[in-house]
Amino acid sequence: MISAHLPALQVVIPLLAAPACVVVRQSTLTWLLALLVSWISFAIALTLLVQTFFNGPMSYELGGWAAPLGIEYAVDVVNAFVLVIVSGVSSVVLISAKESIERETHIKRTHLVYTGWLLCLTGLLGITITGDVFNVFVFLEIASLSSYLLVSLGPDRRALTAAFQYLVMGTIGATFILIGVGLLYMMTGTLNMADLAQRIPGVAQTTTVRAGFAFLVLGISLKAAVFPLHYWLPNAYTFAPSAVTAFMAGSATKVSIYLLLRFFFDIFSETFSLRTMRLDLILLILGVIAIFSMSLVAIYQSNVKRMLAYSSVAQVGYMVIGISLATTTGLTAGIVHLFNHALMKCALFLALGCIVFRLNSVDLKDLAGVGRRMPWTMAAFVIGGLSLIGVPATVGFISKWYLVLAALERDWWWLAFMVVASSLLAVIYIWRVVETAYFKTGPVANTEEAPLILLVPTWVLIVANIYFGVSAVDTISFATRAADQLLSTF
Amino acid sequence: MSVEGALLLTVLLPLLGAILIALSDSRPNIRETITLATAVVLFLIVLQLLGHDTGSIELVIATPLPQLSLSLYTEPLGLLFATVASGLWIITSIYSIGYMRGNNEQNQTRFYVFFAISISATMGVALSANLFTLFVFYEILTLSTYPLVTHKGTEEAKQGGRVYLGLLLSTSIGFLLVAMVWTWHVAGHLDFTVGGILQDKIDPGFLPLLLALYLFGIGKAALMPFHRWLPAAMVAPTPVSALLHAVAVVKAGVFAVLKVTVYIFGLDFLHNTGANKWLMWMAAITVILASVVALTKDNLKARLAYSTVSQLGYIVLGAMLVNSMAIVGGGMHIATHALGKITLFFCAGAIYVATHKTNISEMDGLGRSMPVTYTAMLIGSLSIIGLPLTGGLWSKWYLALGAVAAEQWAMLAVFMVSSLLNVAYLLIIPIRGFFFSQPRSGETSVIKEAPFASVLALSLTALGCIAMFFFAQPLYEMMVDIFER
Repeated sequence: MISAHLPALQVVIPLLAAPACVVVRQSTLTWLLALLVSWISFAIALTLLVQTFFNGPMSYELGGWAAPLGIEYAVDVVNAFVLVIVSGVSSVVLISAKESIERETHIKRTHLVYTGWLLCLTGLLGITITGDVFNVFVFLEIASLSSYLLVSLGPDRRALTAAFQYLVMGTIGATFILIGVGLLYMMTGTLNMADLAQRIPGVAQTTTVRAGFAFLVLGISLKAAVFPLHYWLPNAYTFAPSAVTAFMAGSATKVSIYLLLRFFFDIFSETFSLRTMRLDLILLILGVIAIFSMSLVAIYQSNVKRMLAYSSVAQVGYMVIGISLATTTGLTAGIVHLFNHALMKCALFLALGCIVFRLNSVDLKDLAGVGRRMPWTMAAFVIGGLSLIGVPATVGFISKWYLVLAALERDWWWLAFMVVASSLLAVIYIWRVVETAYFKTGPVANTEEAPLILLVPTWVLIVANIYFGVSAVDTISFATRAADQLLSTF
Repeated sequence: MSVEGALLLTVLLPLLGAILIALSDSRPNIRETITLATAVVLFLIVLQLLGHDTGSIELVIATPLPQLSLSLYTEPLGLLFATVASGLWIITSIYSIGYMRGNNEQNQTRFYVFFAISISATMGVALSANLFTLFVFYEILTLSTYPLVTHKGTEEAKQGGRVYLGLLLSTSIGFLLVAMVWTWHVAGHLDFTVGGILQDKIDPGFLPLLLALYLFGIGKAALMPFHRWLPAAMVAPTPVSALLHAVAVVKAGVFAVLKVTVYIFGLDFLHNTGANKWLMWMAAITVILASVVALTKDNLKARLAYSTVSQLGYIVLGAMLVNSMAIVGGGMHIATHALGKITLFFCAGAIYVATHKTNISEMDGLGRSMPVTYTAMLIGSLSIIGLPLTGGLWSKWYLALGAVAAEQWAMLAVFMVSSLLNVAYLLIIPIRGFFFSQPRSGETSVIKEAPFASVLALSLTALGCIAMFFFAQPLYEMMVDIFER
């Protein structure tokens, strides 16, 4: 029965395919391999989501070793949803990756991109699926190390500094997580998530557990680029190859947010993490600062990729606000925004990939007049931007709707107004690009529209932005179920 | 054709037209034929829907969230708006052909494409069965008119576009969205329901705040201080100003205000709580102030724009009087002002095509060279002022009756004073055109009327203004229908 082993295959297939890429080395073949593996992962993730939604959570004992001692893979609606996001983003972006990466990375190193990509995918899927906190750390390192590699393969020499910066920050984060896990193990004697959840309440009052919690929160927040721990993100996103940025924007931070959810609500209880440790207040304040300050910073960027990177930090702020509300609606808003933001940011970065492909630049001034020369690319950018703003009939609107609703449920008027006000800042930074692209006349270079293989994935995501904005009943029911499950005890 | 099919077609047909227009880029004659044909067929479909206005047939297009659907239905107010907008689209299309070609405008295909999309959005607004649907199409209307406002692509157009988009989006996302989520939160749905959906659901103390969020959030109704987008939109080519910024867009705003007042709050609920009182004064201030500003404008289109702001204030004020007479008057004013103002804009455009003049002070004596245009302008002005033999009389009549019924004598005075101001800033234009002497200048070229298509269009709408005087009865009956269901 192969279906019984799906949770393991989800991680093992990309893990095995990664070294194969190094062996093959030939650019096109490695791309095909990565593409195939990624789509298989996507199919597995979808199957898992459907199974967990209808049959409830499933548990898989790795190597047949029973749970507390062996490593358990625990799949429920929450992480199956994230698995689908990560593998889906990877699959769609990979289609366009070949052309884009061959343009931006030296031909001798392209196979390294796919190796790193598959390892990163393995890591991210592993973090998401595992039910063991030490295993989380292991996969986190796999994902992190490979993403340093991916960033460093960017077209510009500045990619190296960006990767180094990311490495330093990422290592601090990972170390913090390891210390946190260690402290928890010291007090409870277990690494299994379900086990931890049972034993922690007994020792929750000790300083050690609290310190462990603090280390974990800081470490994961750093990975998730929660304001003000986002320092690594703008450079990494700006200088990585376009396809890698699109992949990371749609997956890496999302997985870390998922991890926060898991630790906050399942391993520690909602009462402990949000009420006792007052993280509800801390996250709320940080989130509100993030959505304003980072959107403002985005407005003043001259590099469009960096602008979107800052916008991503702001968007993480919306998710954090949703979590901090600790109600079903709030969590639903946060979780659904995880999905929606993956869709919109990924589409936007892919559109930028098309622009880089033709113009070799994402500086705002070089985009003058590009709206006429690359109509399809810019149309995609505009729709993606509208989704980011939260215009109705796009996914961004669904996120805004739930976040405002969650704020109103708690009678927090000021928050509702702040959420909508900050989304108006997005109008400003998106429209700077629109005005430059359509109203300024650029050099008379004979730039053509990007090739189809770049345009099609971009538009697939744009259509998804509209589709899931017009019929969000399914995404909402998944997100609500996930939120309910997180709020109930493990 | 089933009513559901017709409802869907009203939204889809202009979109289909837009696609066909885009495909016939290089063949202007075919392109314009498609525009006209689409407009005519759309009008016929809307007329067919008129016969079914008593039913409450609803068509659900999609359900984005539980208890929140994109749906269309037939309702008197919406049908009136749809009829006016689609009917005037035909005439505007005729006019556009003359104007755009006469002016040798660039990017005409883009112009016609976005025009058709805007009409589709307008139909969606008019026939929306719930507030959410209205909001979706309202935003599409904002976005699809943006390329039309910035059509010229100049620095001025870009600036105008910024104000336009900035104000409309920030009011709708900043206020209207919050108001909508709030309503959904307390009432559980957003369906337009006779008698409102908020009764007993909300603490009356919050009602003035919620109402304010709606009224200011519907930025297209141009309630001061959020009216600046409308003068800014005047950088657009005149057909856009005529149909969109005198009819479709601005009427979508006041239409939304009427819908929200009648079907979300409910007149009785508002009346009993008195939440409408202070907003009534805001509308009154808009009516008077905008008229005064209009007096100071020498640019013809700017003056017409401020006149529109003022006239929209009438309808909002009518809504805030919260009685059936005033609502009937407000509904009729949507139609009569549409005809009157579109005539005036057509005239402004015709003058521009013929003489390239934009300022009123330069237009002395033009009436003798362009008699048809100036006669139409006179009729349009009379209708907006509300004088007999034009349809404008009736809508102002019922609005005034509404003020009397509400015993708001101050509001009655506002209507009267504003009408006097209308006389001062509108009637002066044809008077200068007919009776002032043309300035002596070295110009040798003889000024003639604008292209035939344009003159035909403005004559038709001017005749419409007069026809409305004699045939106001069906309009009145249609509006009264709102309260007899």
